[in-house]
Order: sequence, then structure tokens, then C-alpha cells
Amino acid sequence: MTGIAPAVSPEAAPPARTGRHPWLSVLWSTARTPRGAAGLTMALLVVLVAVIGPAVSPHSPNDLATLTFAKPSGQFPLGGDFLGRDVLSRVLNGGWLLLLMAVAATAIGIAAGAAAGMTAAYLPGPPDGIIMRTVDVILAFPQLVFALLLLSLLGPKLWLIVLAVGLSHAPAVARVIRSATLDIAERDYVKVAELQGMRPAKVMTKEILPNLISPLMVEAGLRLTYSIVIIAGLAFLGFGQPPPTANWGTMINENRIGLQLNPWAVIAPAVLIALLTIGTNTFTDAVARVTIGVDRRPEEAALLDDLGPEQA
Amino acid sequence: MAGHEQVRAGPAHPPPENGVRLDVRGLEVRVGPAGPDVVSEVSFTVQAGQVLGLVGESGSGKTTVVLALLGHARRGLSISSGEVLVDGVDLLRLPAAQLRAVRGARVSYVPQDPSAALNPALRVGTQLNEAIRVHPGAVEDPGARIREVLEEAHLDASSDLLRRYPHQLSGGQQQRVGLAMAFACRPSLIVLDEPTTGLDVSTQRHVLDTIRSLCQAYGVAAVYVSHDLAVVGGLVSDVAVMYSGRVIEAGATARVFGDPLHPYTRGLLSAVPSPLQAMKLTGIDGQPPRPGRRPAGCAFAPRCGFVTAGCRSQPPEPVLIDARTVRCMRVAQVRESSTGAATALTGAAPAAVGEAPVLSVREVSAGYGRRPALTGVDLDVPAESCVAVVGESGSGKTTLARCIVGLHRNWTGDIRFEGSSLAVSARDRPRQTLRRVQYVFQNPYTSLNPRKTVGQIVAQPLEEYLRLGYRERSQRAARALADVSLGADFLSRYPDQLSGGERQRVAIARALVVEPDLLICDEVTSALDVSVQAVIVELLRGLQAQHRIAMIFITHNLALVRSIAQSVVVLRDGAVVESGPVGRVLDRPGDPYTARLMQDVPKLARPGVPGPPAQGAAASEPATP
Repeated sequence: MTGIAPAVSPEAAPPARTGRHPWLSVLWSTARTPRGAAGLTMALLVVLVAVIGPAVSPHSPNDLATLTFAKPSGQFPLGGDFLGRDVLSRVLNGGWLLLLMAVAATAIGIAAGAAAGMTAAYLPGPPDGIIMRTVDVILAFPQLVFALLLLSLLGPKLWLIVLAVGLSHAPAVARVIRSATLDIAERDYVKVAELQGMRPAKVMTKEILPNLISPLMVEAGLRLTYSIVIIAGLAFLGFGQPPPTANWGTMINENRIGLQLNPWAVIAPAVLIALLTIGTNTFTDAVARVTIGVDRRPEEAALLDDLGPEQA
Repeated sequence: MAGHEQVRAGPAHPPPENGVRLDVRGLEVRVGPAGPDVVSEVSFTVQAGQVLGLVGESGSGKTTVVLALLGHARRGLSISSGEVLVDGVDLLRLPAAQLRAVRGARVSYVPQDPSAALNPALRVGTQLNEAIRVHPGAVEDPGARIREVLEEAHLDASSDLLRRYPHQLSGGQQQRVGLAMAFACRPSLIVLDEPTTGLDVSTQRHVLDTIRSLCQAYGVAAVYVSHDLAVVGGLVSDVAVMYSGRVIEAGATARVFGDPLHPYTRGLLSAVPSPLQAMKLTGIDGQPPRPGRRPAGCAFAPRCGFVTAGCRSQPPEPVLIDARTVRCMRVAQVRESSTGAATALTGAAPAAVGEAPVLSVREVSAGYGRRPALTGVDLDVPAESCVAVVGESGSGKTTLARCIVGLHRNWTGDIRFEGSSLAVSARDRPRQTLRRVQYVFQNPYTSLNPRKTVGQIVAQPLEEYLRLGYRERSQRAARALADVSLGADFLSRYPDQLSGGERQRVAIARALVVEPDLLICDEVTSALDVSVQAVIVELLRGLQAQHRIAMIFITHNLALVRSIAQSVVVLRDGAVVESGPVGRVLDRPGDPYTARLMQDVPKLARPGVPGPPAQGAAASEPATP
């Protein structure tokens, strides 16, 4: 028994890397990358405008305070819109609902898609075929067309817009989650859970779902971007809050005839939408890059551990 | 099979007059340009025709060193100082274009996994041709050279081999193609990074013979990296043992392995199981420190039994003693102490006789689709004893285990556990039956959920099988961890904070926490270092006796069998070749297949244990006692 060190050597333990709350730790380390910080800054800027906008808006968004397509002036920094309302006030008031709807639609899409994808991949037998063929059929329609189809059938209600956009996300999410689940379901720890007699629903929620964090986060970011574009696009096409409520998408549509008289009435909402989507997309991209590092396959992690966490 | 007479040509580059092909001086590789060093003060020479073995645990810096021999550093690392002289030319000072010309021609590399190293989309012939043509002027007649090297690598050049794709070759053939490619341009130096790790013992032995004879015939200097001391011991003339980025003992193989003077070398050697004799394996607990986290003094101090305060304060300088260099301050004391290696086990518990077996497998056949994996397998596991299931890869040992636990569903036959037949699938078995047969998976890197703490992982079966409350679960989980020598501070850690050995202990604790009657260990040490393997095997043997459970120990490593099991079953192509008590089967094999396995398994000459007959270059004829 010569040459044996104590079985437990505390100094050998490396420091924590994936923290106690994996979601938060991924978000936090993403925000600290240059790319993540840039994306987050852009998106937060727009969120800030949308959230505190109604409180600081100089005029009521629906008052006919100035002239039709008035040029920017000291009192109306972004000029007037097609009815002579203050563009700045309408921009400040027209964002929060769009954001809220986009977040809700994303949540619906991710939840439905993840549930469908995991079920298809994990349960044996018919569910896979049924779910994935349904997904194929829905994917055959462009997302906007699918949402329009639902809306024209059931009428333009706000909750229905959210639901329609959310459901139009589900098939794409389901595909991604299904392939990620197929990989994880073959891991030995899932087999261990099965040998413990765990029910499939519990295996999916307790063993598989926590390991889908990185694809889910990437999907969530991507779908949020799409949601913003589609909801703004539906508003542009007339499916949104009824007039005179301010809305960035609607503003672009109703003011485009005066583009030469007061371009700010179109540019301001367009820039905000662009900034928001570029921001969320950039941040998502950064999340993907970070999670590749965090969620390396275990064998790779073992190899990289040779070098210590500094450059892993 | 191997023979010098088949080899015709001489070396392409005559070796320097002193015969030194490779001279490495003060090699140092750092993280980034100024970060902590990964390897440092590495110096050695290799003569023409000689093979140097570079051994050590994973993380010791072996691969970093051999990549530096090719002038390469992995991403994030840089070669910060030192010289790599090949035939007197320093590779590290060559401009990029010249270095590229040298790689593959003067210096070549054989990677660990041949199936990953060959391009699956190109035919073997195309790839060999490419390896030659990328160095214009190196070879006069590429077609003739390809035939020549294939013959040297014992591949049939006349067959349609050249037109095949890599996946159409066996693992051994793939590695031979890799060797042929490496020798194609008649290099001066060849670097082999664990080239036989994935191969079966017989294939491994033939590949090793080929390497040795080719190096001698062409005056090639070779550096052979391996964690398998038994393989290295039979192949190389000189050996360098690495630990934490330093060469801690180097010299002639017979000296270093016969009478190790560094405590680490001793630990490594005492961890190697012997196929000839049942041994108590000691191993080295803990893990090597990472670059940047090394202690101030000797890097081995935290794991060393000879440690003093002086060891912890300043790093040891290499000393020349007994014709080898050793980097240890306590070398004099180590030399005086007994070797500590090879404690023979006497009177291993005999298999219980006459009692009804805990598990009996009768006429079990299984397959994947239409391809059969098992045919008519019989197996009995007596109470409180350990049965080893041995076989090469593809012999069906894992399939057998998965049939027993109910993970593989496509099988027929009868498996009785304590007298009653088991349902085919785990889904149809009662929870308590599932609890009583526990399975430990091969790879501890995939068997623990990375999102759960060790405490949650070990307590989970208590919830699923026994529906225990939180407090009871925590107490029993902590006790199970203590059983596998892990402290309570591990409860809140995540798997990626653990070493491979610690992970496997957690997996064992998870299996034992529910007090099973049968434990199935499926190659549980194959993903671990030899030093850690020894610790795990000893742990399992102790726990098996302590908990009085029956065990099935599945392994491809015949040498391990003696150290843990009382009886053994040899599988080949899904059928039982031979079974019986360990001593009888391994000492007097009744089947030629078992005899061949026993003969081909690498054996290590060790202090205190009668050594094996010397393995010469022509030792592959069947031994006739």
C-alpha cells in the first residue's frame, strides 16, 4: 500500500464551471462576450424605448397636434404623421405591445415545439410519424401565410395573432428539438433512468429537458426575432390593433405615402424594429457560441480538460 | 508473421554518425505566449532503429510533447522554447513551408484512432498515393513504393485493397494502412500516438511486431505514446515516464520498469494487472494537477507516499542514479524501501459451490435486426461471487449484459434471477426486480446526467425504487458516497467537476445505494487510466465482499480477470468458448482461442513477479511448451 495518497484530495477539484442555474449562467457568460454585449445593448435600447416610452411621451399619441407630414421641428422632433399626429409620441407608445406579443408568441412556439419534438423523438412507435408528418405539412406553408390563414379563418383578434404566430413557430422548433433529443435519448444516463422504472413523461422532463437548454435558448432567440418581424409585418398588412392605436408595423404602412415629405415617420419605427431584430439575433448567435463551449460532448470535455479551463 | 527478411530497402536518409536520429532539448510548451507551461524541460534522444516509449496518465502532457515533435501545438498552446533536432535539423526553427515539406516525409505521425484518421470518402489507394505525391521527388516510383509498404505492413497489395474505402477494412487493417502511410516516404522519425488502443490483443500484438521490425529495418527513430505499460514494456528499448508536463523518470525499459525509483513510476507499475498471477492492484488515487494549478513544489507531492515538507516547497531537479534520470528529492529513500509493487493475492475466495446461482442464463440468443449477436449463451452467477465475462470487441459481451438488465429487447432464451424468469424488457419487470439487478455503464462521461448534482444522481434510485423521503435519501446517498471513498463535499458537485475515476465511483455508488443482489459492471474501467483502473477494481472487490453481492465483471482485458473474479466465461462471436474457475481457464486453457488470447495479452516484466519470456521480434509463432 505504499504510495497511495488520501482518497479525497480537495485541492484536486476544479472550480465550478456550469453553475447552479444553467440558464442564468449561460445568459451571464453570453452577456460578457463582445458579441453578446453588443446584441444585448441593441435589444435593451429598443426595449427601453418601448417600456418607458409611454411615460415620457411629450404628446398624446392620438392627438392631431401638428400638420400632416410636418417636417421635424423643436416641438415635434420627428415631425407629424399622415394625420398630423406627433411621430415621436407614436413611436414611444407603439412598441410595448409589439414586444409583449412577440415574447408571448415565442413562448407558445417554444413550448409547443419542444413538447412535440421531445415526444416524437423519445416515445417509440406511432407518435413520431404522426407528429413529424404534421410538422412537414405545416412547414410547407410560409410562416406569414400560415398566420394569415388562421387569422382570416377566425378573425383578427390580438390573442389570436399571438397564438397563430406562436403555432407557426412550433414546427421548426419541433424539428430542432427532435434531433437534439434523439442524441440525448441514447445517452447512458437516460438508460439509467429507464432501468429505475421512471415513467417516460418524467424521463423527458427530468432527464432530457435540462440537457436541451442550449438548443432551446438558441431557438428562443431566433423565434423571438421572427416573431417581431411577423407581428410587425401582420400589423403592416392590417392585422394588428385597430386604429388609432400606435404600432410600429402599422406606422410604416400608413406613413409610407408621405415618405418624401417626412421620412422620419417611416424611418423611426423601421430603425427600431431593425435594431431589435439585429440585437436579438446577435445575442442568439453569441448564446450559440457560448453553449458550444459549455455543452461540449462529454468525451470532448475530457480531452479539453487536459488543458485546464483557461482556454477551454 | 513479422520478419526482417521481407524488408529490402535501406533508410532514405542515413543517420548521423553518432546514430542519434532525434534529439529533443529543453522542450517547453505554454498556454498562449506567456501562460502557464503545459510541458517543460523535456529532453531525450532516440537512436536510429530504437523506439522510445512515452508513458503517463492522461493529462500528463504526452500528446502535447509528440505533437511538438512535429512542430505543432494545439490551438491555444505555443511552443515557447527548446529544440527538436531530427538528423541534426531543428524542426522548430524551420520556416512554415519547409516544415510542411518535412512533415509526412522526414517526420511522420500515426494517430490513435485509425478509423477517424483515414478519410472515409477516399479509397485507400488514393490516400496512400496522396501521402506520397504531396512530397514531390521524395519517391521515384509511387506505385512500386505503395506495393512495397503495403507488403511491409502485412497487407495484401495484390487484392482489391487499394480500391476499398476505409470502412470496408477491419480496425487492424485500418491501422496497418496508417502505418504504411507513415512509412511510405521512409521517414527518419515516426511518432505513434497510442496506435493500438482500440485493437484486440492479437491484432495489437501483430501491429506492434510490425512497428518494431520496420523501425529496425529502416533505422527509423520512433516515439511511442501509450498509457498501457504492458504494451510499452514489450515494445520499447527506452522509456520516459511523464507526469504533469515533466519527464520524471527516464532510462532503459528494463531498468525503469524492473526497478522503478520514482514513486509515480512505482504507482503506475503496481496498477498494471497481471494475466499470470492474481495481484492486489494498488494504483494511484487522485488526479494530476492541471497546468497553471500545479503546487509550488513537486507536482506529484499531493499523491505521493514519500512526501516531505521539502517536496512541497521546491520542485525537484533531475538526478542521475542507477543509469536513469529521476526527478525526485526522496529518490534515495525510495530506493531503499521495498518496491511496493506486485502484492500477490493468495487464497482468493473460491466460488460458492452447491448453492443455487443468483442468476442463471440459459440458451440466450440475441441479435440486432437479422444480425445475430449472441447464440445459445449459458452463464451462472453463484451467490456472493464474481464472474468475469471476457471477449474481444464485437464478441457480444455488452449485448449479454444488456439482455440481462433488459435494455436489449430482441432476445430469446431464459434468464432466471433467484429462480424466476425475467421479462424480456426492463419496462415489463417489477420495480423491485429492477432494483436488485444494478448495471454500471462503461463510460462514466455519459452515464451521469450533467445537469444533476452528485447528490441528486445518487439519491435518485432511492426515490424511484424505494420512494424514500428526502432526509432518508440524503443520508443514504452520503453513506454510499463514503463507501466509494468520496467525501460529503461531493454531494453538491456536478459531474463535469469530477475526474473520470470520480465519475465512475459516483456511478458505482448509485448502483450500490439501493442494495442490489447482483451488480453488472460493463467495462467499467476501459475509459480510465491504468492507475485509476487499479483503484476502481480494488474498490469493487472490497465492496463486493462487504455487501456480499454477486457480480458480473465484463472486460476485454484478460489481465484484470485474475484480480477480481473467481470464475470466467470467454465469449467469441456471440458464443461461449470456455467457462470455469479463473485459475483453470487461464492456466490450462481448454480452447485454442483462450490459449491464443492468453499468449497475446501484453505481459509486463515486473519486480517481484516472475517475468514473462522475452518478446522478440519473431515471437508470434504459437508457443510450443
